[in-house]
Order: sequence, then structure tokens, then C-alpha cells
Amino acid sequence: MRAALFAILLLAPGWAMAVGRPAEMLPDPAAEARAQEIGRELRCMVCQNQSIEDSEADLARDLRRLVRERVATGEPSEKVVNYIHERYGDFVLLRPPLNLVTAPLWGVPVLVLGGGALALLLMRRRAAARPGPAPLSEAERARLAALENDP
Amino acid sequence: MSGTGLEKAPPDAADEPGGVRPPLGRRVLVWAPLGLAVGGGLGFWAMLRGMRDGSYDPRGVPSALVGKPAPALALPAVPGLAVPGFGPEALAAGGPVLLNFWASWCVPCVVEHPQLVALQRRGVRLLGVNYKDKPADAARFLAQHGNPFAGMVADTDGRAGIEYGLYGVPETYLLDGRGTVRWRWAGPLMPDTLSAELEPLLRRYA
Repeated sequence: MRAALFAILLLAPGWAMAVGRPAEMLPDPAAEARAQEIGRELRCMVCQNQSIEDSEADLARDLRRLVRERVATGEPSEKVVNYIHERYGDFVLLRPPLNLVTAPLWGVPVLVLGGGALALLLMRRRAAARPGPAPLSEAERARLAALENDP
Repeated sequence: MSGTGLEKAPPDAADEPGGVRPPLGRRVLVWAPLGLAVGGGLGFWAMLRGMRDGSYDPRGVPSALVGKPAPALALPAVPGLAVPGFGPEALAAGGPVLLNFWASWCVPCVVEHPQLVALQRRGVRLLGVNYKDKPADAARFLAQHGNPFAGMVADTDGRAGIEYGLYGVPETYLLDGRGTVRWRWAGPLMPDTLSAELEPLLRRYA
């Protein structure tokens, strides 16, 4: 789970440039990039639909500073995220983790797709099982032959 | 289907058994959208009703700390304030404690203050965390509105707030006698919050 989260963090798109006040940025570009990657995964609890990297709220600035302090000491990204996750709960993660509470969130698409596939399968099976048209009777066959012979 | 090539079957050849009563699956399909719409409508109605009477808050998020020990507060007292500071041991003092994060610059804190004073008069132990505030402003606020706090510490950089998962001020945490967080209220405590939520909890953890 942690490894997966870490992988997600690493793969996060790098194009969304942050507020990035030069004063609060880390001097080491690699560390600053790592701090931004972490920050983009964390929700600003005040504005709720922005990451702490994008938000101008006071709390977001405090959290940005905290992330940078921890990154500067060389702490692994997942530990930094865990530190904030433990204090602010699942809601602070912009990508919700899979647990009992969030299971419906992840499960519903699977259920809908699976249900649709099952319905399709059942419909096909029923259509295949439906008996074809009854064979022609003797009289019908004679009439058909007559029609075919008639130009 | 089996290659007779004849499509003009006589009309009385009953190749479709339906007509009288569609199969069950089809009937379910016809009624499913209506059922979904009714269910969704009821859900939205319940949400709107809850938002109006305050029992449902779409922005409200439960604190991650509920049920866990309260983070230790090792903060200095507010200089120049008549209220003494308190140490980490004050959070597990054997009885329920309300820990209130507030600031003099925070307008909802003014709205909340009479409720804090009322709680203190009823014997509830209130500890304050003065959040990102100037000591002189905090002293002026308490002189003007009254002081319900038994102890007060200063969180000048907001770091203790982050330890508690604070969104903003005011925010109030109820700790039981062992220092476990039992309840968190983000925003001002209003009289109806006291009667509906806090008072039952105070009785429970008394």
C-alpha cells in the first residue's frame, strides 16, 4: 500500500506548477521538486478542492513549510505524507486510500462494469437458448416450392 | 436464422411470444430509471433537510484524532496574561477538559465566547491555545469578553494546531480524564451545539 502510494507520488504529473514563492522554496531543486510532489497530493483543508501547493490559505502555507522542513532533513516522501495523514485523516489525501470507508468509492465502478457484463452475458445466453422458428410443415414447403418455381 | 432466406413469414407464425405480458427482465428495465430517480430524489431531499437543520454538514470531516491520545502540548504561557500556562499533564487531569484553539483576530471566536463563559460557569474545565496571536491582543480580548480559561498557552507558529489536525480557529476538542480525544468541533460552539452534542458527552465522560 505504501509502496503503491509512493509510486503514485512519483508518477504524479509534473506540469502543474505551484504557487512557489521563492522565499519558501528549498535551495536544492531536487528536494524542492520532491516537496512539490508531496504537496500536490495533499488537500488544503480550508479550501478543500485545492492542493496545499496551489492554495494561498494560511494553513496551506504552514503545511507547505512543514513538508519542506521534513524533506530538507531527507525524510522519505511516504513518511512526510503519513505524518500529515495521521493528523488530518483520509480527507487530506487528494487520492483517497483504499480502506473500509472508501471501499464503496472504488467498488462502485467495478460493480457497475461487472453488473453490466453479467447482464450482457445473461441476455446473450437467453437469446441463444431461445428456440428458432419451427420447421416448415408439408403444406408450407409445397407452397414455398410453388413460389420459388413461379417466376 | 438458419439460412432459409425467407423473411416474409406469415403474420400468424408466432415467432415472438410476447405481446401479452413482457418478460420480467424487461419490466424491471422499464421501472429501474424511475426507481433510481425516486431513490436519488429522496437522498437529496434528506441531505438538504439535514443541511437546513444542521445535522448534516457537507464540509464537515471527522477528526482523525477522535479515540486517540491528545497530542502533547509543550508550549509556553502567553506572556503578560493573567491566565497561567499549562503543561502536557494538564490534558489528562482525571476529568473532562475542553481544549479550545482561539485567537483575538478571529471573528467567530467573539461569537463563540459567551458559550465558553457559560461552560466555565457550569464548572467545565477549559484550556485555551492562543493561536498565532499577539499576547497584548489576547489580553485585551479576554479583558473585554471575560476569561473562561483555567490555563492558556501560545501557539505562535501554528505548529501545535497542525499536531491536532486544526483547520482554523475556533476549534474545540473534548478530552476525557485520560487525555483521549473524544470529540472535535470545528467552528464556533453555539448554544444548540452545546445542548445537542457537547452536554451529553460531558455527562458521559464526567
